[in-house]
Amino acid sequence: MKTDYLLLVLGMGIVTYLPRWVPLIFLSRRRLPEWLRQWLDFIPAAVLSALILPALATTGEPRHLTVFQPALLVSIPTLIFAWKTRSLAGTVIIGMALFWVAGRFFS
Amino acid sequence: MRVGFLLGGSGGRDRTDITNIFQLFHTVIHEIRKDPLPKIKRNMNHRWTVLKEGMAAAWPICLGYAPIGLAFAVLAHNAGLTPWEIGLMSLFVYAGSAQFIAVSMIGSGSAVIPIILTTFTVNLRHLLMSSSLAVYLQRLGVGRLSLYAYGVTDESFALNMARFQDKDRDWDWRRALALNQTANLAWIVSTIIGGYGGQFIPAGDGDTLRQGVPIDYALPAMFICLLVFQIRGGLYVLVAILSGLLAVAFSLLFPGNAYIVMASVTAATLGVILRKGCGKGRKRPEES
Repeated sequence: MKTDYLLLVLGMGIVTYLPRWVPLIFLSRRRLPEWLRQWLDFIPAAVLSALILPALATTGEPRHLTVFQPALLVSIPTLIFAWKTRSLAGTVIIGMALFWVAGRFFS
Repeated sequence: MRVGFLLGGSGGRDRTDITNIFQLFHTVIHEIRKDPLPKIKRNMNHRWTVLKEGMAAAWPICLGYAPIGLAFAVLAHNAGLTPWEIGLMSLFVYAGSAQFIAVSMIGSGSAVIPIILTTFTVNLRHLLMSSSLAVYLQRLGVGRLSLYAYGVTDESFALNMARFQDKDRDWDWRRALALNQTANLAWIVSTIIGGYGGQFIPAGDGDTLRQGVPIDYALPAMFICLLVFQIRGGLYVLVAILSGLLAVAFSLLFPGNAYIVMASVTAATLGVILRKGCGKGRKRPEES
């Protein structure tokens, strides 16, 4: 294994670890002001939505919008199923099944 | 409708004394059948109980990581990395999308510093996730927090957050850590296996979902469900929709993945402003 590669992986590891570590150390040991607690309370919903929607609705490099395709269309019944049942396992299974079915139709 | 309906009835709860491996398998099945898991009364804090609950809860991530890990390894293999070099990166870095980008940069002969800088910007989004998790990891020592920080990914963050917030579960940092490390192991193993058998595996590029390949939809479906779990009122719906639409717009306008941080910071800030504007005098659950 080349030293260059070892250094690269170490460097990548450190710059990845720091953003994961700093907030845990500095925020978990003090009383947070109310506005910050509220803000952090919105973060999961905001981050998850910001992760999913572009992943489902855009493709390519540079990215472009692709609306009428299985990944995005399947997400609608999957979301409704999750909403109705509140079952993680069920949602994953239904989502995968619907995606498979949609693949038959779109190909 | 519960999933138990799809996967057969309940039962088999009393066959837990064969071996530990069987118990773990059993817990996974139980997880799949009955979600949310009912409170386990006896031995709730026994070391093995904690470990297996944490490990079993990681199943959707493990399922989703397998095809992505294999796809990553195929690209890494094509970029000239050996299986152990691939495994080393998965161990040290442990961040899917950054590893994909790094490997494509290695393949095109990029220098070390640009790759490290790119990795940094791609993974900055974890700042937000760790900040949010910090609320649930109060009173832990620096050592434990440092250990926990290693396993913070998009997937483990989403799953652990839902567990921490669920009042019916006894979710704590030990279970969360077990979940993190199980997902971590799945990632490392799948990338090493892919490094050995990569040429025989039909791989995607890890970014686009392969049409009609069910396993590629495991993580999107998990994220959709965990997003639904985060909706605890009209304001959360608004924040989520706004964040999603902003993210799509930003992702079309700017290269890279800065759109995740930009959209979620904007949407969460607007959420706080709106709550201040219209929700005066309403008490938040955490204050009680």
